[in-house]
Amino acid sequence: MSAEDMDDEVAKKFLYVNRKAPYGTIYALESLEVVLIGAAFEQDVSLAFLDDGVYQLIDGQTTTGIGMKNFSPTYRALGDYEVTKLYVEKESLEERGLTIDDLMPIVYEDEDDDWEEKPSIRVVSRKEMADIMADQDIVLSF
Amino acid sequence: MSTLHTINKSPFERSAMASCLAHLKAGDAVLIIEDGVVGARKATAFAATISAAMGDAEVYVLGPDLQARGMNEGDLVDGVKVVDYDGFVDLVTAHDRTQAWL
Repeated sequence: MSAEDMDDEVAKKFLYVNRKAPYGTIYALESLEVVLIGAAFEQDVSLAFLDDGVYQLIDGQTTTGIGMKNFSPTYRALGDYEVTKLYVEKESLEERGLTIDDLMPIVYEDEDDDWEEKPSIRVVSRKEMADIMADQDIVLSF
Repeated sequence: MSTLHTINKSPFERSAMASCLAHLKAGDAVLIIEDGVVGARKATAFAATISAAMGDAEVYVLGPDLQARGMNEGDLVDGVKVVDYDGFVDLVTAHDRTQAWL
């Protein structure tokens, strides 16, 4: 097998960057759909939530009054698709008067640790977020 | 390992430029396109932020988008370079990844 063929089989690091609030535009829902499609390809997937993107994870979303589907429960299902790294930027939360307690509890079962439930949301600083972005093979923005 | 960042929205309308510049790493490049080019103009509220970013990163503007908006290289913050579409492609190939700020 050539080196190139070997390369093709290595999982690439994909980062989906979310910077928009849900419902006002289609970006948040489209991102979630692409993440779910991408999960089928067994890549190393991470999600970043910064700027207004942090509103996508806020707890208690109720959309009956606007006649749109509330897609927020889907974030809690991401663990079943082995999407377990949801990086949330601390400064973006703070600028909006939010803390991690305002976000949905999102967990995954760690198959390498006796299926223990662990939090998927990891709050990181702006500097750490820049490092995470710089560590990817592919960055997809929404 | 470095990143080419593209920005396509005016900083007066969206936070894309501010957020991008706050996440730059040394050695990265920023290419400002479409409505983003108005943010590279001299003497705007963002000029100081662009100048500061150039300490660590190169900043480019896509010429055709600049000309379409009645501007030229002389209107830009000092140090910002203008590239054409071929230059855009060169920047993509010179970096490990491209990250779009929308």
